[in-house]
Amino acid sequence: MNNDTIRKTLIVAISLCLVCSALISFSAVELRDLQEANKTLDKQTKILSAAGLLVTDKDVSSLFKSIEIKIVNLETGLFDSSISIEDFDESSFSRNPNTSIELTSDTDIALLKRRENFQSIYLHYDNEDLNAIILPVRGYGLWGTMKGYLALESDLKTIIGLEFFDHKETPGLGGEIVNPRWKAIWKGKEVYSDTGDVVISVIKGSVDKGNEKAKYQVDGLSGATITSNGVTNLLSFWLGEMGYGPLIKQIRSMESVDV
Amino acid sequence: MSKAKQVLLNPIFNDNPIALQILGICSALAVTGTLYITLIMCVALTAVVTLSNFFVSLIRNHIPTNIRIIVQISIIATLVMLVDEVLQAYDYESSKTLSVFVGLIVTNCIVMGRAEAFAMKNGPIMSAIDGFGNGLGYSIILIVIAVIREFVGAGTFYGIEIMPLTTNGGWYLANNFFLTPASSFFIIGFTIWALRQWKTDQIEEPEFKISKNSLEAKETSV
Repeated sequence: MNNDTIRKTLIVAISLCLVCSALISFSAVELRDLQEANKTLDKQTKILSAAGLLVTDKDVSSLFKSIEIKIVNLETGLFDSSISIEDFDESSFSRNPNTSIELTSDTDIALLKRRENFQSIYLHYDNEDLNAIILPVRGYGLWGTMKGYLALESDLKTIIGLEFFDHKETPGLGGEIVNPRWKAIWKGKEVYSDTGDVVISVIKGSVDKGNEKAKYQVDGLSGATITSNGVTNLLSFWLGEMGYGPLIKQIRSMESVDV
Repeated sequence: MSKAKQVLLNPIFNDNPIALQILGICSALAVTGTLYITLIMCVALTAVVTLSNFFVSLIRNHIPTNIRIIVQISIIATLVMLVDEVLQAYDYESSKTLSVFVGLIVTNCIVMGRAEAFAMKNGPIMSAIDGFGNGLGYSIILIVIAVIREFVGAGTFYGIEIMPLTTNGGWYLANNFFLTPASSFFIIGFTIWALRQWKTDQIEEPEFKISKNSLEAKETSV
């Protein structure tokens, strides 16, 4: 039979498409649960790791049970229970004009273009007392958006850890933002000055330990100035008025009432 | 040597897809920063090229000439998507690092090249062997590049520290150039040179010869 008739061409094309799409759909459906589980596990691992709660001999999902998830309204800084945690999706919220605001060029230091009005944050309690607060942060580096979690102690200014889970920086240079050695120097640094300004920054070169500003400074990554500046900018943005600034004020005022 | 053995082993050194045919260079540059990621990529590509050769060959007598490239790409793309799905389900960390490069196997010239050049003219079993052989040929060059890049660029071999880096308190100052994809060009170049020193029949005849300089010619005549 001649292969080049219109009829044969159509039959081959259509049947091939059907077989291929059936295979793809089947594998996508079959593997979806495993893939979703991987994504959740990865996210939970990064959150626990930022807060220094990751213990190697324990199962991640059981460790994560000690974490409380809250949706916060970034405008007011109040917790918002009207949105369920399952419904919250950062990327769709930040694209939808009803649930996000457009950033002006002077406020958009982390180059996000739009900021969602709600965000999910993670709280870790140790015997009823707030032990750690873990905030999702993101901002532009050299090649793309760096996404991570910043964990603060209960004083809301001392860093426990900064953990990036998604970035496109150059391996070996900007990619060193995930190097355990570099991550370790964040612990104990402070983000706010006594007057309440965001002063944490990644500087060029190494921090002079004798300097009084040393507790607000982190060693820069050599050969990755733009990535280092990107990290400074994203922290300044998310800890400032447009980010979690209102939330941190709210928690502080709640605590002073408690006292 | 039997035909099957020849088809399987030829692409490894005698007719290497990267070193002789200079195909599939793109991923050889992009994914060779660390050996582990490279191995995942090699397995993925070998699986795709073997299976795509098999399936293309299986239906080769029914493929209409007009749409043969489209049919080949559909088969390859389906296999690549399957590989990507499996990777996301079973090795999430690697799939995050490899990101688009798994998807880009679709455009890898080796896969297309073998489907069009071999699988369209040979039986399914022989085509699968040919695909597997070419996958091995691709893998061997990538592994060579990755071992060199990881060793010089990060002082490690398969993630195991061999030379402690200055950034980790050791003595070895890493050569950051080897962490950038461009370094692969140099390593591929030297690999090709080394291979041609060994297998001299791969050295190409120059397309033209520079004739004797007229001045030089005059001098010799004098």
